[in-house]
Amino acid sequence: MAMEVTQLLINAQSIDGTVRKHAEESLKQFQEQNLAGFLLSLAGELANDEKPVDSRKLAGLVLKNALDAKEQHRKYELVQRWLALDMSTKSQIRAFLLKTLSSPVPDVRSTASQVIAKVAGIELPQKQWPELVVSLLSNIHQLPAHVKQATLETLGYLCEEVSPDVVEQEHVNKILTAVVQGMNAAEGNNDVRLAATRALYMALGFAQANFNNDMERDYIMRVVCEATLSPEVKIRQAAFECLVSIASTYYEKLAHYIQDIFNITAKAVREDDESVALQAIEFWSSICDEEIDILEEYGGEFAGDSDVPCFYFTKQALPGLVPLLLETLLKQEEDQDLDEGAWNIAMAGGTCLGLVAKAVGDDIVPHVMPFIEEKISKPDWREREAATYAFGSILEGPSADRLMAIVNAALTFMLNALTNDPSNHVKDTTAWTLGRIFEFLHGSTIETPIITQANCQQIITVLIQTMKDAPNVAEKACGALYFLAQGYEDIGPNSPLTPYFQEIIQSLLSVAHRDDATESRLRTAAYEALNEVVRCSTDETSTMVLQLVPVIMLELHNTLEGEKLSMDEREKQNELQGLLCGCLQVIIQKLGSEPTKYMFMQSADQMMGLFLRVFGCRSATAHEEAMLAIGALAYAAGPDFAKYMPEFYKYLEMGLQNFEEYQVCAVTVGVVGDVCRALEDKVFPYCDGIMTQLLKDLSSNQLHRSVKPPIFSCFGDIALAIGEDFEKYLRYSMPMLQSAAELSAHSSGADDEMMEYTNSLRNGILEAYSGIFQGFKNSPKTQLLIPFAPHILQFLDSIYMEKDMDEVVMKTAIGVLGDLADTLGSHVGGLIQQSVSSKEFLNECLSSDDHTIKEAAEWAKHAITRAISV
Amino acid sequence: MAPHEIRRPFKRRPISDQQKRRELSLLRQSQHRSDAQQRARNLASSVISLQSSSPDVDPEILFEAVPELDEGTESESSSFDVRQASRLRGPEARKWFARQLMLPEWMIDVPDNLSRDWYVLARPAGKRCFVVSSDGTTVSRVRNGSILHHFPSALPGGARKKGASGPANSYSILDCIFHESDQTYYVIDMVCWRGYSLYECTAEFRFFWLQSKLAETGACDPPSFYHKFRFSAVPFFNCDQSGLHSAYTGSLPYVKDGLLFYNKHAHYHTGNTPLVLIWKDESCSQYVIDTDNNGEVPDQQHIVLELQEEGKLVTSDDPPVPFSCLNADFVKQSGLLSGSLIRFAIGDGGLNCVDGRFEKADLQYIGVSNRARAFADSYSKIMFQYMARHSPLKVEDLASTISHENQQDKTPEVEMSD
Repeated sequence: MAMEVTQLLINAQSIDGTVRKHAEESLKQFQEQNLAGFLLSLAGELANDEKPVDSRKLAGLVLKNALDAKEQHRKYELVQRWLALDMSTKSQIRAFLLKTLSSPVPDVRSTASQVIAKVAGIELPQKQWPELVVSLLSNIHQLPAHVKQATLETLGYLCEEVSPDVVEQEHVNKILTAVVQGMNAAEGNNDVRLAATRALYMALGFAQANFNNDMERDYIMRVVCEATLSPEVKIRQAAFECLVSIASTYYEKLAHYIQDIFNITAKAVREDDESVALQAIEFWSSICDEEIDILEEYGGEFAGDSDVPCFYFTKQALPGLVPLLLETLLKQEEDQDLDEGAWNIAMAGGTCLGLVAKAVGDDIVPHVMPFIEEKISKPDWREREAATYAFGSILEGPSADRLMAIVNAALTFMLNALTNDPSNHVKDTTAWTLGRIFEFLHGSTIETPIITQANCQQIITVLIQTMKDAPNVAEKACGALYFLAQGYEDIGPNSPLTPYFQEIIQSLLSVAHRDDATESRLRTAAYEALNEVVRCSTDETSTMVLQLVPVIMLELHNTLEGEKLSMDEREKQNELQGLLCGCLQVIIQKLGSEPTKYMFMQSADQMMGLFLRVFGCRSATAHEEAMLAIGALAYAAGPDFAKYMPEFYKYLEMGLQNFEEYQVCAVTVGVVGDVCRALEDKVFPYCDGIMTQLLKDLSSNQLHRSVKPPIFSCFGDIALAIGEDFEKYLRYSMPMLQSAAELSAHSSGADDEMMEYTNSLRNGILEAYSGIFQGFKNSPKTQLLIPFAPHILQFLDSIYMEKDMDEVVMKTAIGVLGDLADTLGSHVGGLIQQSVSSKEFLNECLSSDDHTIKEAAEWAKHAITRAISV
Repeated sequence: MAPHEIRRPFKRRPISDQQKRRELSLLRQSQHRSDAQQRARNLASSVISLQSSSPDVDPEILFEAVPELDEGTESESSSFDVRQASRLRGPEARKWFARQLMLPEWMIDVPDNLSRDWYVLARPAGKRCFVVSSDGTTVSRVRNGSILHHFPSALPGGARKKGASGPANSYSILDCIFHESDQTYYVIDMVCWRGYSLYECTAEFRFFWLQSKLAETGACDPPSFYHKFRFSAVPFFNCDQSGLHSAYTGSLPYVKDGLLFYNKHAHYHTGNTPLVLIWKDESCSQYVIDTDNNGEVPDQQHIVLELQEEGKLVTSDDPPVPFSCLNADFVKQSGLLSGSLIRFAIGDGGLNCVDGRFEKADLQYIGVSNRARAFADSYSKIMFQYMARHSPLKVEDLASTISHENQQDKTPEVEMSD
């Protein structure tokens, strides 16, 4: 029997904290004690037009939260609970929900729509609630209009919630028919038409078959295009959103419509409300994204057999599209560079122009140059900024040959503008453009360098000067310096930056210390530039990098001394700690090898002490950065790292337990590998704890799946480090490896993303086997591994026959074959000879073009020869 | 249903520096993992590369008569590499073994924590060699890889005789110095024992194993029919005041040739390593200053360097330390080839050092070096020899470093009682 929940739901929204808390607890208790009664009461409350709107809305929300959760584990639990309810309760709840769609109260209807979709998301894949779609569709032909509107909204949410393959094609057709009819100009009610248009946006993924049918596609496209001309701005916006989604989902079906769409989008960009214009620009950005992907994949050559051909829509649209986008650049907002959240038509237009340049390359240059030349020196800042932004936008895409002369001519002008232009906005864009020049046209691959002995001094002087400008401008100058340094990444022993190194480092440190450094990401940009300068530095300047060590350590030390900080200050402090740990990480990698290693390691104790204190601050970002830095330090320290283990270990364990911030967990797993390689057998005392945690991680369904392959690799690292002592972990790790191997052996029908994951899983498993075999080599305990050999060989055979492994897996797999033969020798000679891997797979690897695969295969061949010759 | 917000990155790099750091870390880790695996596969592979690079070596000879193992649990493949290598003939064998010894650097400055982290031992005078016992025989090879003796021994697998030396296929590798006057192999390090590799063990462990295991086999017994030479473990000491004193002045059954210092934490590392150091002075060695072919100390210090492309002259270190450069015309005229080892004398200009690092040298060309030589001199050897002639590192310097360390260290290590 449903309990009276109205008062509880109202109290739960009370401004009085005590009342609210009490009500929330009562609701929770109710849910725990009698789930069926609880859900039924909520559904009844939602459906009851006599009840107050506020209690009904909250009833719907609580109901929705009882069906779904963001966190995978929790979500699974909720789904199981719903499915376990008795049929009569579920029928009553469904009936209440459907009834609510007819309520005169819009908010209540909308809440019900979302709840119905959640129930459908659980039940349709289980072939339950089969009559749902039919009963919704019957609503469509009903008056009054508000029921129709709520029903269309429900269909939209339903399409968002469930996957197309659980809905029969017949129902899909009916849903789409209902939705597209609702969008039609003939529909007199704007609310219905808007709901239908938004529903189509969600339902586009269901329309695969319909987009393959010319007549149906023509009809859908006509209705969508007509909706972009509706007098109602929200409908126009929603219709353009549909076009944006169609651009990426059905790119290859657009040839027929592209001219019309160009006209519609051009008109919207020039004349319509900004919310609509932004979507119209986004349509072209999406088209560019598609074409850039296609051209990248097929290297510009349409091979005929590729899935999606490039139709060069962007290239054909150039003469109209580029002027349209250039016009938008002049519509800047005064302070857009100071507002992190700003997004307007000028920004969208410039971004789109950049994508067009990437999609068409050299062809864009003549369309943009006249605009730049005309406006770059105009008295109005808007024109100067637009011209500069246009220039910066087209630097990625066209060839260096095409751009070189223009850029060389513009460089002096840019440096001058950076110093003298009165407009903050122009300076911001100019500094950004310089950064783009260095990013795309400066570096070892460019034949004629932009930066020469003649202008290097001036460029650096101007950038350093600009770092003292307003925070947003200074941030861009740091960015430019980042790419300037990056261009000298593989310059060899003598870097042109050496004479300025000290000055650059000093300037970046002063920028980071500016009082206003937390504005416009300035401090972050300064440290990032510092990192890149260090990363790309040469041995000539290593003493200066060494001098940086105590400076950064002192700064990190200072962040740890702060007393009683506000939440906001603490957050900034943690961010700074992250940056400083990141910087130390880069320095460790730079100095941690000969000839600077000895000097550098003098600071290791102190540095390690600081990192351990950072862990105490409990900030995920800082934690991750400190962990990465420690990994680098472990590598540099080698066996000496053992002295830090007693203190460091608990943080290592803590990181491995961090399921929620899975990046921290992933980074920690990597560091376990570093520690194993550094300590080798000395890591043994810590292995019980580490292995326990890793095994827990693998069994957890809360942990992000991307962390699992590295955990397997980590088994290999541990086994290689401790050798036969890994024996005690075999009984836990081998079954896990075996079942993961079975799962990852076949990937049939998986999409690219799944395929990539499967391969990374295979690689992790294989690295584990390699480490274990090599770890047991030369031990009398090798015979413990013999029982696993048949399965491992079978795994190798099956991934070979699957023919879908990538090169990394291929190399690891053939290595495992060799390791198995090497360690187990004649015990497995017969088994090896029976395997496909030892013949076809091995031969394929022996004739591979990839020399690392070939090398691994040669090693395997010799190991096998020995195993079977004995 | 709310409109869908679109917002693309504006004036921003597509990946953050943090993401870049993360990716670089992953790259570094996977590189190191693959290096570690490569090392683990290494010993066997060095045989392979020899075999495949020399087609005239008959694989039948290489793989002959490896006995089938019917009993015991030890995997024969594990012992394969060294036993196979022991069958290598002629230049192949020399090439392989020449690379297997751990070679000390010369002590040109005193390492930190000498008393805590280092052992000291008196090096017996004689030929450094690698002794491999396997398949019923024992072979010793000197530093350049050529055979010194081929004999039966009481080492595991060292003689064709049933008995306590373990299964027929077990093998051992010892790092020794052959002391002529008492015809004894003084064992300074243990590399493999009964098929167990000790390459990846610390010196601390290897020395402990050496002291406890060697005597068990009867290898330290006087010579007999199945045991042609006596073996003896060299005593070692913690490098504190008393240890240094014992090694330096203590009376030992052999003639000393300097002191060897082993870092306790170091693994057996083939080739030059700074974690093992040699030091000599007149009172503990007859050979402090290098002699020429006639056994005379030349007036000027002689050094041997390797000629590289473009006339560069380098030491045998890894990476090589460039010392000087030969004029291209001179190289051509003298018919010198890149890779040749060339002998020079150091002139009156001497060696110039800045901040402890070598800067330039006054070299006088003598000629191509003796053909028996496998390597150029190492940097530390050249510097040590130079210092020995000008301002040697004295035993007092070592002792004072240790006492200075002890003063700083309020809780000294437990003294070894000997």
